[in-house]
Amino acid sequence: MSGVLEVLSVGPSVTVQDQGRIGRLGQGVGQGGAADKLALFEGAALLGQSAASAVLEMAGMGGSFRATRALRIALTGAPMTATLDGQPLLWNAAHGVPNGAVLKIGGVRTGVYGYLHIGGAIATEPVLEARSTHLLAGIGRALATGDTLPLGPDTGGPVSVALDVADRTKGGTLRVVDSLQTGLFSAETQSRFYATAFSRDARANRMGVRLAWSDGAGFSSAGQLNLLSDFAIPGDIQMTGDGAPAVLLVEAQTTAGYPRLGTVLPCDLPRIAQASLGAPLQFERISRTEALAIQRKANAATATLKSRVKPLYRDPRDIPDLLSYQLVDGMISGQPDKDTP
Amino acid sequence: MAETRWPQVRIMGLSGLLVRFGDSLDAQSNQAAIACRAGLEVESWPEIEETASALASVFLRVDLAKHDEDALIMRLQAWLAANDWTNAGLPDGRKLWHIPAVFGGGHGPQLGEVAGLAGVTEAQVIEAIATERTRVLTLGFAPGQPYLGILPELWDLPRQTGVTARVPAGALVIAVRQMVLFANPSPTGWRQIAQTAFTCFDPDTPEPFPLRPGDEVRFEPVGPDALSTPAWAEAI
Repeated sequence: MSGVLEVLSVGPSVTVQDQGRIGRLGQGVGQGGAADKLALFEGAALLGQSAASAVLEMAGMGGSFRATRALRIALTGAPMTATLDGQPLLWNAAHGVPNGAVLKIGGVRTGVYGYLHIGGAIATEPVLEARSTHLLAGIGRALATGDTLPLGPDTGGPVSVALDVADRTKGGTLRVVDSLQTGLFSAETQSRFYATAFSRDARANRMGVRLAWSDGAGFSSAGQLNLLSDFAIPGDIQMTGDGAPAVLLVEAQTTAGYPRLGTVLPCDLPRIAQASLGAPLQFERISRTEALAIQRKANAATATLKSRVKPLYRDPRDIPDLLSYQLVDGMISGQPDKDTP
Repeated sequence: MAETRWPQVRIMGLSGLLVRFGDSLDAQSNQAAIACRAGLEVESWPEIEETASALASVFLRVDLAKHDEDALIMRLQAWLAANDWTNAGLPDGRKLWHIPAVFGGGHGPQLGEVAGLAGVTEAQVIEAIATERTRVLTLGFAPGQPYLGILPELWDLPRQTGVTARVPAGALVIAVRQMVLFANPSPTGWRQIAQTAFTCFDPDTPEPFPLRPGDEVRFEPVGPDALSTPAWAEAI
């Protein structure tokens, strides 16, 4: 049975996302997809289904949803307040939802992007081989009250299971490799960049995150204004005209005319996308050898997520102060371990 | 001398390789990039997830954490060396597009500024652009959005120091010997000289991206009443 998910009310930036599109870059369409790709793998592990499944990405705020069949759901990414018929639900966990029950997902508690995964996945019609909304490209739109989303058939799997997930909403140190235009920046500018304590600026969205810093001097390069436009990829640290850095994310334009100082490792991108407003961000330049080793280790950890899924030991409904439970239980670290993906 | 320096192979983060055919805008580097991309599509190496060409470069998406980058770079360099990129031709199946455009006034609010920078009259700008067959150098920045050129030296106009907060979809803007026809409403540092009703990307049609790199475009001046006259194309 497939059924539909009814949107009873919804925040301003809730979109259908998946792994995005590969194969359309030559036509000006970047990969896009979920801003926090790791969350897709976590949800897939919790529900025992493919990480290619389409999900709802909820920026800052969720919505109220009701399905026309019983559901299995998983909640990942930035933790949000969530209730099922008024009873609180744990984040980073999978839950059963009876037919007709109302799932309410409120504001984000920390971080930016929360994800609602559904057993059987969201089955909207693909556009250019993917279901991802790509607002910049004009593909799809944010959900509105009254929308109904078709669901795929759920072949069954676990409910009442959880994953221990390190908090990735508090910023930290991001690993960087040199990129195409690194050489345009003086050694002095580069070392000043890597020594600067940045934080996430208010200007941030799926295209990129601007960095704020206190001492004001910009990070301009030689030949900044007459560079030939060339490809840009998520993770690129781009200097805009005023010398302010921004890290490009999944929905960035496909080409850029501004120089880029380096590229953040793919495994560190979820920590930029999910950094709460004002979260500290620092950059560390590493060698390619180190970078490849770190990324491979992160890929291996992602591949074993399923083996780390564990039963929910306590019925979440029995925990009175549930909402603060997972958030303060030793999971917060401003400077994540160097090897944390 | 340029022939000995190019093409160059560079690494982009952990996400792929870039082949560069030059670091300034010229027709031959652009044709080489288009031809190189077509060649790689035919080669179809299993490591390469997709390819794309920009003004003078080709991107090869490869997950470098999953493949041996040194071996791939050597193989790519050998393949590049076995081809003559200085004489790369244009792709087959090209089209010449005729796109109606309303120049000046509210439809091209910076036409006067552009005329001033080029030291000609507004009428001369319109005549010069309208007689030019511009080539689609690349699609990029936004879906199906063409970079058109290469215009004569006279149009080597600097970008604005400020940014226009928003030009509409279909806006025709000019700078640095190129024009861009905007796919979506967008901020821009280039100057808008005309407005078209051309749709660069329509996901609901069988051919969502009408333009291809190598195609040519002529902008046909029309009055505001004829803005919605459909564009048409012929094989060349």
